[in-house]
Amino acid sequence: MAKSEHELTWKDLEIGCIVTDPGSARQYESGTWRSQRPTYDFKKCIKCGLCALNCPEGCIGPNKEGHFEADMFYCKGCGVCSRECPTRVITMAEEEE
Amino acid sequence: MEKYAVYVPRLVKKKDNFAPGHRACIGCGEALAVRMAFKAVGNNVIAVSATGCMEIVASQLPFTSWHLPWIHTLFENTAAVASGIEAGYKAMKRKGVPLPDNTKVIAYGGDGATSDIGLQALSGAMERGHDFTYICFDNEAYMNTGIQRSSATPFGAATTTSPAGKKSTGQFSWKKNMPAIAVAHDIPYVATATHGYPFDLMEKVRKAVATPGLSYVHVLSVCPTGWRSATDTVNRQARLAVQTGMFPLYEVENGVYKMSLDLPGLRPVKDYLKMQGRFRHLSDELIAQIQARVELEYNKILEKAKDGSKRAKSKGR
Repeated sequence: MAKSEHELTWKDLEIGCIVTDPGSARQYESGTWRSQRPTYDFKKCIKCGLCALNCPEGCIGPNKEGHFEADMFYCKGCGVCSRECPTRVITMAEEEE
Repeated sequence: MEKYAVYVPRLVKKKDNFAPGHRACIGCGEALAVRMAFKAVGNNVIAVSATGCMEIVASQLPFTSWHLPWIHTLFENTAAVASGIEAGYKAMKRKGVPLPDNTKVIAYGGDGATSDIGLQALSGAMERGHDFTYICFDNEAYMNTGIQRSSATPFGAATTTSPAGKKSTGQFSWKKNMPAIAVAHDIPYVATATHGYPFDLMEKVRKAVATPGLSYVHVLSVCPTGWRSATDTVNRQARLAVQTGMFPLYEVENGVYKMSLDLPGLRPVKDYLKMQGRFRHLSDELIAQIQARVELEYNKILEKAKDGSKRAKSKGR
């Protein structure tokens, strides 16, 4: 579905309200819900991926260096990753603004 | 063992079938459990979803979080629709329609869809022995409509329809033992799991999907919104539920019980209860009552597991 949420009208719906585009929820920015953001101390990161496994959002993946980092477009700031991290790389900080 | 838990996540499949951008609450344990469960199975899966949190958050028309063929059904007919899909698929194969082999059907629902409203259809499907997997994501109340009590709500929990106050101490009845009901149907595989133990959960789902015939997996999934707890402690609460004996992890293969964790002893239930706002009104007497009941139930399962290991041994000879 090329159109964004705001451009869609009822005319774009398929018969029977079938959704033909798998995983199209990806275009929704759930990161706007966030009140806390994860901050990283990558020196301590052992690249185990426990945070990626335990993220309810499924938005954590390895960055260029192989350290695991959350995608801020989706991260809702629940803090599960900071609790699960065995080496305490992640600390939650208040979202500013 | 500690190192094992740090190393193994790297071997887990990276790709999710449950895309980000879903509208689950912050720190949703159920979304976490769904992600893990569907990581354990391949792409050759048809998902059948009951009404409930996981339907609402994942399929906001015209968007979907799913990368799988997915169908939404009502509360009461999830198992019936899954049965129909499984039977229809078989019939189409028989008629020579070119369809992929070994397609698995997974039906899932919340605790309300499983143990209250959908129980009758599920019981029928279990009795007929269809070849699909039913996963119950149990968050212990009707969270999606605003925390109403269900039959899976534990004793003493305050919900909007079992409020705590001067004349009430929250939920008055004990949690319905849904896995035991599934076991009583003599289905080939029943297991309990929780997202606090991710590899255990994935292994059980994988096993359930591989088992021919209907298999049932009961997954405790923490709901920080409804349980009135901190969002970052969802996994900790799930682990405490297991370690205190509130939610023992076991699997039942063809009637033979097997404990999944070898706990040296149970932690006091107070450790688990004090983390949650829904239990904060409980007096020490009520906590003692819950403790006694938890120990009783836990020992019953331990006893069954002992019998089970004996039986499995005698079968092996």
